[in-house]
Amino acid sequence: MSHQDVVKSQSQLLQKEMISRNYDRITSGESKVSSTFVPGNLNELLMCFDIANNLPEINAIQNAMRKKSGEMIASAERSGHSEDVCTYVKADIGMMEKGNIAPNGKPFPNPDMLLLSYTGCFTFLKWFELLREQYRCPTVMLHVPYAADGKPTQNMRDYIVKQLKEEVIPLMEQVSGIKFDIDRLREYLRKSALAEDDLVWMLEQSKRKPSPIDCYFGGVYYMGPIFTAFRGTDEAIDYYKMLRAEIEQRIELGLGAQTPEGEMPEEKYRLVVEGPPNWTSFREFWKMFYEMGAVVVASSYTKVGGVYDYDNFRHDPEHPLESLADYCLGVYTNRNLPTRVDMLARNVKEYEADGLLINSIKSCNSFSAGQLVMMREVEKLTGKPGAFIETDLVDPRYFSAANVKNRLESYFQMIDQKRRAGA
Amino acid sequence: MRSKSVKEIVDFCQEIFEDISFSKARQWKAAQPGRKVIGYMPVYVPREIIHAAGMLPLGVLGGGADMEVIHGDAYYQSYICRIPRSTIELAITGKLDFVDGMMFPSICDVIRNLSGIWQIMFKDKYVRYFDTPQNFKDEVGGVFYGNELRELKAGLEKLAGREITAAQINRSIAVYNENRAWVNKVYDYRAETPWNAPAAEVYLLMRAGMVLPVEEHTRLMKEYLLAAGAEQRPMRDNCRVTLIGTFCEQPPLNLIKSLEMAGCYIVDDDSMLVTRWLLEDVPSDGDPIENLSHAFLHHSAETAAKYEPNLEEKGNYMLESIRKRGADGVIFAAPSFCDPALLDQPMMVQRLEKAGIPYITMQYAENSGQMQPIREQAGTFADSIKLWSAS
Repeated sequence: MSHQDVVKSQSQLLQKEMISRNYDRITSGESKVSSTFVPGNLNELLMCFDIANNLPEINAIQNAMRKKSGEMIASAERSGHSEDVCTYVKADIGMMEKGNIAPNGKPFPNPDMLLLSYTGCFTFLKWFELLREQYRCPTVMLHVPYAADGKPTQNMRDYIVKQLKEEVIPLMEQVSGIKFDIDRLREYLRKSALAEDDLVWMLEQSKRKPSPIDCYFGGVYYMGPIFTAFRGTDEAIDYYKMLRAEIEQRIELGLGAQTPEGEMPEEKYRLVVEGPPNWTSFREFWKMFYEMGAVVVASSYTKVGGVYDYDNFRHDPEHPLESLADYCLGVYTNRNLPTRVDMLARNVKEYEADGLLINSIKSCNSFSAGQLVMMREVEKLTGKPGAFIETDLVDPRYFSAANVKNRLESYFQMIDQKRRAGA
Repeated sequence: MRSKSVKEIVDFCQEIFEDISFSKARQWKAAQPGRKVIGYMPVYVPREIIHAAGMLPLGVLGGGADMEVIHGDAYYQSYICRIPRSTIELAITGKLDFVDGMMFPSICDVIRNLSGIWQIMFKDKYVRYFDTPQNFKDEVGGVFYGNELRELKAGLEKLAGREITAAQINRSIAVYNENRAWVNKVYDYRAETPWNAPAAEVYLLMRAGMVLPVEEHTRLMKEYLLAAGAEQRPMRDNCRVTLIGTFCEQPPLNLIKSLEMAGCYIVDDDSMLVTRWLLEDVPSDGDPIENLSHAFLHHSAETAAKYEPNLEEKGNYMLESIRKRGADGVIFAAPSFCDPALLDQPMMVQRLEKAGIPYITMQYAENSGQMQPIREQAGTFADSIKLWSAS
């Protein structure tokens, strides 16, 4: 299927436009720019200082989907970066080596600051140390402690708030020349919460049969605005309203999930997926699912930039900095393994899934280390079979279509057998 | 009393090193009812607090080169380093059954997630993910870390069934100050006369410190220095190197031996940093929690798992170690798939290049068996350094 034939909803088109606008803003030279990460992404705070938000993971994803990341990774490896480490980092460094061109074809300016939101991923720390070597720009660490016992403590929360007050905000003031206005932050957070309500509504619609949405492949589009540079904006509110209306219409029409080739004809398998998707062969990967009638009804990746449905977190304008702290602490990969297991097992049960599929990512130890234990635990808790496939984020060398397809086919056969045995 | 020979001391340490059932720690525990053992992984935990609770801190550094990992591979994908899988293997096969609690320091995502596996699989054990601050201001990171230490203390008090007093922690701080001083003396001695304190011997001596009570380890180091000083061994025409990257998963002992056999005296390393993490004595009076926190924030080693807020300072700890120990070059030996070591390496390399210090890079796993390529690489490096130095 050519790109022209791909079926896109109005909300997808709107999102594309939003992302393009953000890249235009970043590359325009008219705004100060901060690089930061998706998990623990303090978009509302950056907005208080009119600083544009550039997310290197998203750049790596964009390059992967345009089939450019392989050469970028190779370039980084040639300059001394190990084959063993995160390919997001190497795609980013390789992009720099190749002129640092943004998806809109214009060169990225050097960032004015690096906001090292160290949330749920060790690699972030090294990644921005590496970028700091190149850009030599002000860099601020926001250390988000790991919620190792399942719940954040007051000490963790206080520590983050103190860092925001004494490190992060002063640097943003210095870089932007704008004084911090907490009421401005409150207003953005109020808007965040509105969009987040619609987001959670959307996530929960896949409890329906058939599910009107795919919460993994489709989910990465749906999560886009809230996880990137739009949380706290009117645009995000409008986007999620539009998405909600589209889904409501799908429900009314009794439609299943939308795929790049149109409506999914039959929902044969309902899955919960753990782990990020592969981006270099995203369409091919997705196609393997919808061709076999599999829809993803819940996924942990749609929580990577913030968890809203598990314990009903919403940004709270009444407690702005504390709310940002809670948001960072609650990011999926910042939660301990027993909590992640509980989340996935609840998803399997509540969304009436046939089982848990883990897409284990070579690059991402934060997600991947411990997933085999998680799979067995979820199987124990739900009585549903689990399956394991292995790919990578943006390194095309680690996507073996035949292997993935074989494993998926075997998994679906296993589900069929279980159904027959249970019938 | 007759003083021990180097061979006797090294044989004793080798026995401890090879004993993956941790008999010495088991014996310590069995010697008195109610004793408890707390395992800890690299890089740093404040052993002083464990010691003050009357417990034995036990360094768990994986299964080593000879342990066959059978179950552990079912827990980890092939692209994850070896230390978590061999550590799980140790636990599943009962080799850690006497350990009452495990501490997992904030070194990387793999060790972090291993704490969750422990929570799932060993529900009856005390499990502590030990987070250290990446902000080094007293009023920010210091407050957080002080409270983390208090939480750790409270957890250990619950396990011990008694209070851990400030006086007890202060006494333990003094004990560890002494231990650290002797560790540093051993390192100084090796740097001065590496032919008299081969790296493999020093390594085994420090590994013994992961298992033995700290007081016994201090005695052992004193005995070693006495014995090594009495046995003059021939000086070889070796170059002097700093070994970097071995701070978590351990290199096989044969790798360390191979480097020296190939012509590289190891005059500094970053293995078992817990023994010398704090760079100055911690005051043994006053508020021990505040003192331990202050020491961490202001006087602790630099390693890949720790953020360096100041770009200009990045790598200075390594450069200073090279200068202080008189190293001619650096061998980066990183465990395969080790995020901290491998992501940090390009930045360290850049600083060495700027300073004109030669280096080589290699990778290993704790069970790497083939040492011939390592010997060839290290031998060529040693030769090139000697040529380069002479020019």
